[in-house]
Amino acid sequence: MTTMATPTQPKPVKQAAEAPAPVYNPKSESAGAKRAKSVIFHIVALALTAVVLYPALWMIASSFKPNAEIGGSNTSLWSSNFSFDNFVTAMEGIGGVSTLQFFTNSLVLAVGAVVGTILSASVSAYAFARIKFPGRSIFFGMMIATLLLPFHVVIIPQYIVFQQLGLVDTYVPLLIGKFLAADAFFVFLMVQFMRNLPAELDEAARIDGAGHVRIFTSIMLPLMKPALISTSIFSFIWSWNDFLGPLLYLNSPEKYPLPLALRLFVDQTQSSDYGAMIAMSVMALLPVLVFFLVFQRYIVEGVSTQGLKG
Amino acid sequence: MTQSPTLNRRSASSTPPLPRKSRQRGADARAGYTFLLPWLLGFIALTVGPMISSLYLSFTNYNLFDPPKWIGLDNYTTLFQDERFLQSVGVTVSYVVFGTPMKLAAALAIAMLLNSKRKGQGFYRSAFYAPSLIGASVSIAIVWKAMFGDSGPVDQGLSFFGINLGGWVGNPSMTMPMMILLTVWQFGAPMVIFLAGLKQIPADLYEAASMDGAGPVRKFFNITWPMLSPVIFFNLLMETIHAFQIFASAYIISNGEGGPAGSTLFYTLYLYLRGFSDFRMGYASAMAWLLVIVVGIITLIFFRTSKSWVHYSGDSK
Repeated sequence: MTTMATPTQPKPVKQAAEAPAPVYNPKSESAGAKRAKSVIFHIVALALTAVVLYPALWMIASSFKPNAEIGGSNTSLWSSNFSFDNFVTAMEGIGGVSTLQFFTNSLVLAVGAVVGTILSASVSAYAFARIKFPGRSIFFGMMIATLLLPFHVVIIPQYIVFQQLGLVDTYVPLLIGKFLAADAFFVFLMVQFMRNLPAELDEAARIDGAGHVRIFTSIMLPLMKPALISTSIFSFIWSWNDFLGPLLYLNSPEKYPLPLALRLFVDQTQSSDYGAMIAMSVMALLPVLVFFLVFQRYIVEGVSTQGLKG
Repeated sequence: MTQSPTLNRRSASSTPPLPRKSRQRGADARAGYTFLLPWLLGFIALTVGPMISSLYLSFTNYNLFDPPKWIGLDNYTTLFQDERFLQSVGVTVSYVVFGTPMKLAAALAIAMLLNSKRKGQGFYRSAFYAPSLIGASVSIAIVWKAMFGDSGPVDQGLSFFGINLGGWVGNPSMTMPMMILLTVWQFGAPMVIFLAGLKQIPADLYEAASMDGAGPVRKFFNITWPMLSPVIFFNLLMETIHAFQIFASAYIISNGEGGPAGSTLFYTLYLYLRGFSDFRMGYASAMAWLLVIVVGIITLIFFRTSKSWVHYSGDSK
């Protein structure tokens, strides 16, 4: 809370240093004052970093602690009784299904989501961004509207239909939307990206006799790589973390992805084995954390340029 | 608009202009709908169709097994006498009304702190963003529950300062602050967007203001706020709409029950319980449509009022 007031304050020194000069030159303030401000900035920013990352650090630290020490009198993050026991327990899985199986399920769903989204969103975005056809702007407006639509309004009828088709407890309901560009955000992202590519590219190709399929596959797709990468990363992570979809559609534990397995774990152990529960939480987040470390530039840039949600 | 690009092509080709153009247009229309097909199919089958049928279901009694029975507006009128429904509205509204502004205030303040050319900015930006990526996951909900539970680190930390609240998870008056902290913790995503917006503000505006003797407060209200207003508007709209739809965290923290004492019975959780544990799907559809209407009205109000405080710079169309 105290930090919330600070950002409005860092500037006064600057303006006091040089009021009447015709050209404002921030470099003219003394080196000492500059260094002091820099030190204060880093102290504040580091303190904030510690607060923000604390839950993640606590989670990782607790996963290596014996049960008795989590939430016990030992408040330090590090425990002298460091052990992998929690992970060994967590790897055993739950409901007769090994954790490795849950991982595989999550991976299948996430990869399916990425493939489906990339295929369907890029093709649809090409139509919106590069082809003139009647009704385009109306459909585009509708697509934007679905961005704001609470999806709860569609889950009940969707469930009824999938239930009647006998597709409950399969991955079809979870993946079909990905192959039909139902995540409008990615279509929007790609449209925005394509609109920024020079129009001369496809005009030249059309004069040379290339059709839309050629233009799309050999000109647009290669140029869209940054947008495709952001889309892949986010659709992977969203699918990996998705809870409501699997909760609605999957009944058999051997088909559960990790978030559902975690819930099952919580239900069945009911905090009797906190350590294993947290170890499993860590494992469930591990791919996301690795993704983040590897692709953080793409992720953060994607958010700042496209306004993607986390 | 339609003239200039076609002119070149027309003069380049030897075929008569008109037939060529109309043939091109027909081909474009066909190609357009072919490329649009995946989205169009999804839009009709997964959005428009279900929306219409949930609207119909909202006027019926339907339990998934017997055919729907038309009951007119009964679901809607029952909703307003349903105490748990009203409670879920209260819980969700207080979450949206307190959580969203706090999250955005934190995001803006920290974005302003980071908006300088100092070393390490990229590191801080990534570190602060990380929670947005994992915050809505089941894992973090479990961790949150453990951290705010009896003698968890939060309880112990507060006791150190002489504040003995006990566990927040089991205390109906502390679960809302806990949920709000969880969303404020995810300030990183709007912060990154604010930061991108702040970088677009020309530095000479601040320099000119400094020369005129404006202090930081005046600079904030006369430069930063108006120049950033489109971004503030975007973040406010998106975060508000998302806040209404919180589900996984509430489900995990309350074991899918919305407890203790209904204090975490969020709207979507109650909708889920009605639809998928009680199988009162007509009732749940009415809830869903009410949510759509409310979100629609809020969006409309946002756009209407935006004219008075959101400034789009004149040169960008």
